[in-house]
Amino acid sequence: MMRIECPCCGLRSEDEFRCGGESHIARPAEPASVDDETWAAYLYLRENPKGVHFERWHHRYGCGQWFNVARDLVSHELVAVYPMGAGKPQLDRGERA
Amino acid sequence: MKPTIQRLPHARVDLSTPIEFSFDGRRYTGYAGDTLASALLANGVDVVGRSFKFHRPRGIFAAGPEETGAFVQLGAGARGEPNARATLVPLYPGLSACGQNAWPSVRRDLWGVLDRFRALLPAAFYYKTFQWPSWHFWEPLVRRAAGLGRAPTAPDPQWYVKENAHAEVVVVGAGRSGLRAALEASAGGRDRVLLIDEQEFPGGSLLASPDPADRAWLDETLATLAARDNVTLLTRTTVNGYYDHNVLAALERCTDHLGPAAPATQPRQRLWRLFAGRVVLATGALERPLVFPDNDRPGIMLASALCEYALRYGIVPGAELALYSNNDSAWRRALALTAHGVPVAHIVDVRREVDDALRQAAARAGIVQHLGHAVVETRGDPALHGITLQALAPDGSGLLASRKNLSCDVLALAGGWTPTVHLYSQAGGRLHWREADSCFVPAGCAQAVTVVGRAVGDFGERLNTEPLWVTPGVASNRQWVDFQYDVTAADIELAVRENYRSVEHLKRYTTAGMSIDQGKTSNVNALGLLAGLSGRPVPEVGTTRFRPPYHPATLGAFGGLETGSLYQPFQRLPAHESHLALGAALEDYGAWQRPAYYPRHGEREAEAVTREVRAVREAAGLLDYSPLGKLEVRGRDARGFLNRIYVNNLLTLRPGFARYGLVLNEAGIVMDDGVVVCLAEDHFLLHTTSGGATAVREHLEECLQCEWTGLDVIVTDVTTAWATVMLSGPAARSVLSAVPTDLDLDREAFPHMQFRTGHFAGVPCRVLRASFTGEVSFELSVPAGYGRAAWEALLAAGRGHGLLPFGLEALMVLRTEKGYLHVGTDTDGTTMPQDLGWGRAIERQEADFIGRRSLDLAVGRDPERRQFTGLEPLDPAARLSDGAHVLTPDGSASAGYVTSACYSPTLGRTVALGLVAGARSRRGEVVKAWFAGETVPVRLVAPAFYDPEGARLDD
Repeated sequence: MMRIECPCCGLRSEDEFRCGGESHIARPAEPASVDDETWAAYLYLRENPKGVHFERWHHRYGCGQWFNVARDLVSHELVAVYPMGAGKPQLDRGERA
Repeated sequence: MKPTIQRLPHARVDLSTPIEFSFDGRRYTGYAGDTLASALLANGVDVVGRSFKFHRPRGIFAAGPEETGAFVQLGAGARGEPNARATLVPLYPGLSACGQNAWPSVRRDLWGVLDRFRALLPAAFYYKTFQWPSWHFWEPLVRRAAGLGRAPTAPDPQWYVKENAHAEVVVVGAGRSGLRAALEASAGGRDRVLLIDEQEFPGGSLLASPDPADRAWLDETLATLAARDNVTLLTRTTVNGYYDHNVLAALERCTDHLGPAAPATQPRQRLWRLFAGRVVLATGALERPLVFPDNDRPGIMLASALCEYALRYGIVPGAELALYSNNDSAWRRALALTAHGVPVAHIVDVRREVDDALRQAAARAGIVQHLGHAVVETRGDPALHGITLQALAPDGSGLLASRKNLSCDVLALAGGWTPTVHLYSQAGGRLHWREADSCFVPAGCAQAVTVVGRAVGDFGERLNTEPLWVTPGVASNRQWVDFQYDVTAADIELAVRENYRSVEHLKRYTTAGMSIDQGKTSNVNALGLLAGLSGRPVPEVGTTRFRPPYHPATLGAFGGLETGSLYQPFQRLPAHESHLALGAALEDYGAWQRPAYYPRHGEREAEAVTREVRAVREAAGLLDYSPLGKLEVRGRDARGFLNRIYVNNLLTLRPGFARYGLVLNEAGIVMDDGVVVCLAEDHFLLHTTSGGATAVREHLEECLQCEWTGLDVIVTDVTTAWATVMLSGPAARSVLSAVPTDLDLDREAFPHMQFRTGHFAGVPCRVLRASFTGEVSFELSVPAGYGRAAWEALLAAGRGHGLLPFGLEALMVLRTEKGYLHVGTDTDGTTMPQDLGWGRAIERQEADFIGRRSLDLAVGRDPERRQFTGLEPLDPAARLSDGAHVLTPDGSASAGYVTSACYSPTLGRTVALGLVAGARSRRGEVVKAWFAGETVPVRLVAPAFYDPEGARLDD
């Protein structure tokens, strides 16, 4: 079980949180004008890297806030925690998706 | 059976405290400090269990959790425990145990005849031998014949708790290395150190050292640690799981060691969740057996077990002891045993060359040495009384002709050491094959973990291990590899012959390593054998990754206190006491306890529901509707925001007006429905289904926080702040008028789908005119604290109007008669709004909303989509079941299913709703509804059976 640093509440157990999947997925500004492939990709196509993944988490049984997490999917190490709306952080390891 | 054995003077049991216990109905005596295994051994009990598959007699093989044969049924009745390892059960007064998987007893087990049919029962036999007529024909018999203990059927009278603990350092294992690590970690006095050991007493292998210096060091170290405030020692606690971020799970056996004397005020076991800054694994190593014919006979045990029983418990378990070894550690232990009054008669070693110093010391100790020999036969009835040796050919490929017989009643096996790396592997640690010791050792882990002592392969001595994975030149079908699941070398050969060469396939095909002990003693031997048979080095074959638990755990501990009424939090209605006083039949709807119906004396459910439905249709009914989801959304951008959430146009919704709407997810699937009320230009009240309030609130929050950040919108869940009653029926207005209110209830002043705020009996109230029954309805909300008063005031006001309280079951009948859908019942994870008849309305909506684009994908335009429909059996009296399949015209497949079916007291016939392929264009068609083998002809109709024009709503 992971321990997650909530930006509001501090270090808490994973079971207080809900993972909302990959972050930084932009909703098409005008959905009616995109083709089916683009829309389907927005809905369903997700990264699954063997390495750092940028995802959003919700402190469901806590402050209720959403925030972003950069997590290594191999070691489950939380590489960075950063607010919603912020860009992907430049990581020391030189990885950037 | 041998006579009771005298204890040697160094025994760490309390000879002044004898303890009576029974095994298989016979009474014995052991001492405080004994385990059941040591006490049985001291009483000369040689057969303790029967093997899983062939019912072979098994004795005590190990002294710890790696035990493969001594499984017993402990206690009886509700407190009984199957598959207790005798080696882990501390002796307590009144202990009563029985052998298991045997009839009538483990000594004389008639199922033992199965051993003669082993040729018919090879690995994966159930795929082969029992194919005629089918495996299912044979399965009950096979299950009865094979197996372990019996789980109790009565509820467990004992209780369990869970607890969290945080520590800077968690040390697993309180043997020599673990104690040293704990001393070091706690030295500054600053870090909290948690030291955990699975045994009754800390000390690990030190407990089996008769050396006074070792004993003194142990006592001194424990005293030092006890004096440090920052050290907590947990004994009887097994760390079973090592998860991400240094979170560990451990099971503490709080009162198991007290047996029937355990106080009921104490939990039986405690499941610990440990949060560690850093973890030190000092989990030691397990010894491996050697693989040779009939190596599972009672009297054959691990050398480590022999040392434990002889040097810790002071038991000499036989008259003639022999060791069978492939490494140096056995020789040193043979010398220690001999020096402490446990003379070893023979050492058989597969190696042709052994260190001279060891040989000379053994010779001085009077131990007869047989180098370069293998054990090729064991004799006994059933317990061991002799073995036969044969010299190994110099190239190890076979045996030389000469044989010699030795007499011995204990044969101790020393086939090399396997570091206990289970937790390390669970933590994600990599393992490296160390050829010199034929074992896997830790080789790196991303977590903050250190492995010390024998667990990291630091054995403190040179082993010079020379593996002999199988004895060559003799039949392999009598050479046991996994003792517990009766897997022999021949089974592994068979698997390789049939091309199950991956270690994962081997495990599943042969069941090697799948038993209760999860292959603690057998995994490496099976791997070595697989590697040799498939001509690959062991590292290339690899090993399976260990998974939790390290050791079987009681399921009750995972339940903890969350059983029965504490299983989950529940919610009661504000008027709960009134419902009880009315004799309501309560049921759980989600977390809410709600009246299902209000039976009168002697009335059955269907009768009560019919009476309540008639009251609503003919006079009035009152329903406690408090769980109705209520979300308030306010802010400058609230209207625009909600217009992106609901499929409806909410830009035109004026204050005081209400509109029924649907919420979709981005894939276009209907998520929830409910009435949206405009309270003010910047203030809205959303009603959701009772079960959907949390999901809709979270959906709104996610949109606001992640998608459309910066909007001036605040969402507040006020579901439980307001108690709500639904007053419904032709007499509803008259009933409500009988209570003092400042609201104008006149038909023209307060029409259907409008909303008013005011006062009701002097209390602030909110009233919505919406209907889920098809009758004139007022949904009246008051602050939750007044909920009971409002309920009782309306019941009293309705007395002269024929008003009755009604429950949810009647509501479901009323709304089904009307064809009002219930999201989650009449919709599923594929339902889109066009399936509910919303296609046109959405076409007229100009703005984008969540899910809209998905409706226009090919999947949304498919005319064969399952669509919401009414279903009417041709025979009005025919019954339909929820979940009945609607068949395709040729009857070969399902074209949908019935979602809500009931008997309509109003119409005197069965009515139903459902989701059926293309139903909207198939009205009038007769189809077959299939349930549990019965088919009923039904007609597809519009989903409104009663008052389809809605004339009664505005009456």
